[in-house]
Amino acid sequence: MQFDVAPGPHTAPIASVPLTMRRVLYALAPAAFAHVWFFGSGFAINFVVATATALAAEAAVLRLRRRPTRVPLNDCSAIVTAALLSFAIPPLAPWWIPAFGAASAIVVAKHLYGGLGRNLFNPAMVGYVVLLISFPAELTQWIPPRMGDLDYQHLGFLAHLSYSLTGALPADITIDALTRATPLDLVKEGLRSAQTYSEIRAGSLFGGIAGRGWEWINSFIALGGLYLLYTGTIRWQIPIMLLVGLLFPATLLWLVDADRFATPGFHLFSGATLLGAFFIATDPVSAAESDRGRLIFGAGIGFLTYCIRTWGGYPDGMAFSVLLMNSAVPLIDRYTRPRIYGRN
Amino acid sequence: MLEYTPDRRPTGGLRLPAHKEASTAQPIARGFVPGTLILALQQHQGPPTTPVVRRGERVLKGQVVARARALRSAAVHASTSGHVRAIEDRLVPSVHAIHRTRCIVIDADGEDETRPGSGAAWPKDPEEQLEHIRDGGIVGLGGGVFPTAEKLRPHTPCKVLIVNGVECEPYISCDDMLMREAAAEIIDGALIMRDLLAAPECIVAVERDKPQAIEALLEAGRASGDASLKLADIPTVYPTGGERQLVEMLTGEEVPSTHYPSEIGYICQNVGTAYALHRLVRAGEPLLSRVVTVAGEGIARPQNVETPIGTPIGELIEFCGGYVGDVDRLILGGSMMGYALPNDEMPITKGSNCLIAAVRREVRQDFSERFCIRCGNCATACPARLLPQELLRAARDNDHALLDEFGLNDCIECGCCDVICPSHIPLTEVFRNAKFAHARYQRQEVFSAETQQRFKRHEERKRANVQRGKARQDHLRHEVETDEAARQKAIEAAIKRARQRRGNDSDAE
Repeated sequence: MQFDVAPGPHTAPIASVPLTMRRVLYALAPAAFAHVWFFGSGFAINFVVATATALAAEAAVLRLRRRPTRVPLNDCSAIVTAALLSFAIPPLAPWWIPAFGAASAIVVAKHLYGGLGRNLFNPAMVGYVVLLISFPAELTQWIPPRMGDLDYQHLGFLAHLSYSLTGALPADITIDALTRATPLDLVKEGLRSAQTYSEIRAGSLFGGIAGRGWEWINSFIALGGLYLLYTGTIRWQIPIMLLVGLLFPATLLWLVDADRFATPGFHLFSGATLLGAFFIATDPVSAAESDRGRLIFGAGIGFLTYCIRTWGGYPDGMAFSVLLMNSAVPLIDRYTRPRIYGRN
Repeated sequence: MLEYTPDRRPTGGLRLPAHKEASTAQPIARGFVPGTLILALQQHQGPPTTPVVRRGERVLKGQVVARARALRSAAVHASTSGHVRAIEDRLVPSVHAIHRTRCIVIDADGEDETRPGSGAAWPKDPEEQLEHIRDGGIVGLGGGVFPTAEKLRPHTPCKVLIVNGVECEPYISCDDMLMREAAAEIIDGALIMRDLLAAPECIVAVERDKPQAIEALLEAGRASGDASLKLADIPTVYPTGGERQLVEMLTGEEVPSTHYPSEIGYICQNVGTAYALHRLVRAGEPLLSRVVTVAGEGIARPQNVETPIGTPIGELIEFCGGYVGDVDRLILGGSMMGYALPNDEMPITKGSNCLIAAVRREVRQDFSERFCIRCGNCATACPARLLPQELLRAARDNDHALLDEFGLNDCIECGCCDVICPSHIPLTEVFRNAKFAHARYQRQEVFSAETQQRFKRHEERKRANVQRGKARQDHLRHEVETDEAARQKAIEAAIKRARQRRGNDSDAE
């Protein structure tokens, strides 16, 4: 009998890029629902706009580059970028904010560098930083979480949609009445104006550890992160070291002066700490490649984030830290190559 | 016999679905006699054997049909009785690929008649013992097919004899079944090896997922009462059974890239080899058969079969009930390091441990690859601690300096990186091809370096000659210009030469 031959190994592959990306999306789902619960439908609208733009931009660039479009569009990586970007921007945003961010992420950060696998910088973070620098005002329109006792004026889905598309709010509401500073903003401003940390966190936006609502969203993000660890989608080196790099100086300085520095718990559950640790810094393409390299990469992001939060000009520093460490990756890779078996 | 668990974790590797349940559900099938034998003259690593039978001659089971003429060789025996049909070139599957090699083809007569008085006694002298093993045709049955006699002649004192029962590759279960059924024989063979090597310690290594084999070996070890024997249970991770990986696992020492394990005092022998040695020494029976796992969803009765060496693969498949369903690929070896056969006419050789008749869903189909996303899972899975993603780039760029730096030749082609790659890049195949290209490049490099050297030396000699001639001229000129006497002498010599020439001319007139 005759048979067809094929080169080994013959065992079928046990992983695939679309599966990895889909798992990331599953892991983000609980946090996304929590986000919608606490801050209204804005997140969902932003996510849809960002996804549509990301996919359209990807298709357009692939067409321009005369590359096949089907396989890259099916790998879900553009959707992951859109989802991460949606977590970074405020729920109350005009439609062109997520669109512009997603287009920057896909066209500039991803395809101008050669597409998935070739990009030096994390696309979602490039998209976010472009927005942050170009449209700082729109990126501060955070609203207070739905917590009952807060003066939360709940916007329905249609109100969110109409603001996104036309910039029009219901007649009796003004944008200034609606938006609030985030807990990270409050801490930064408060400490700068010589308030003590305990005074700041007595405010109504703060819960047991960090910002109300945010505690929950970030807990769900941590849960998603554990799922990714459990399924082997990400490995522990980056998230753990990122948290260590952030929490070690945070704990140290908080112990030195609890009035002038926020608690480690606040840092852990505020802003993009957990999202960054489990979902952003773990982007394999733009991270260091060896296990040892990833320890350094993660710790660097955590430390830089703490520095920017504490002494820098922005309330959160995850995006800048990730991009800075992305640019250090070639150097880290060069010096953290594992020793080959049997060689000295 | 002491049982212990090495306190090291394997470097890299994967936990893969074993696919061994079906073939281990029943005992090894024995007594299979094929209708034809195809006995390759070279079934080992080393120079081929020389045939000592003629066409038409009747041969008996156990009779030598090809003799080992070199040290690194092993005799070939008729594994059943019959008539020599032909001595001709055939395609034969060897360790890594199919080769065309000379074979003795025998039509079996079905009588399975054994050579009378078969088996010389086990000699006393160690050198004669090694010769006896060579004449017994014994080679490493784990797949390496290195002549056992040569491996038992250590050039470095042996610190530990490692008996390898770590059958980590999916589908293969022949060693497992042999350990369950013939543990005492394996232990006996191991002790014979230990005595030959004068090894102070002998570790039998078995994977933890083979509790029955471990139990049987422990019992046999206890019964032997030998204090130098130990049993190590090894985590079930592919490819811990690789020689270099196993040495690291058991001793913590790495075998340098440029050396064999034996050169640093560790000798690894497969359990099947130990069994074959026992048969040779205690029963005088040379290597006539080996246990072959016949597995896969495309086979009617998956099982382990004691298969006479030289059996055509098709006959073995028939013995196991033939093919069922739509067999997509016929694989010789395990599903990771085995290779696909184009037909089932080739023979089982001493190195064939497993045969998989795989249906479509069992084997890799999708060869459409994506870009590397640098996930680094390949590096984590690599037992040689290479960076496959970097090697891939170097291989595709034909950057030979980088290939050396990233350790292309340290790749053991286990396939782990390939199977775990989410972008489905055929890394192993790329590396296999790159090794050929790299070896060719290195040969060319050596050749061009030699040529350059030769040219440079030639140029130097030429320059030196010219300089020497110039120096002599300069010296003469200098003398003539400075010394009056020398000048006179030179003039006289010139006149003399001129006269002589004129004289010659007038003579001619």
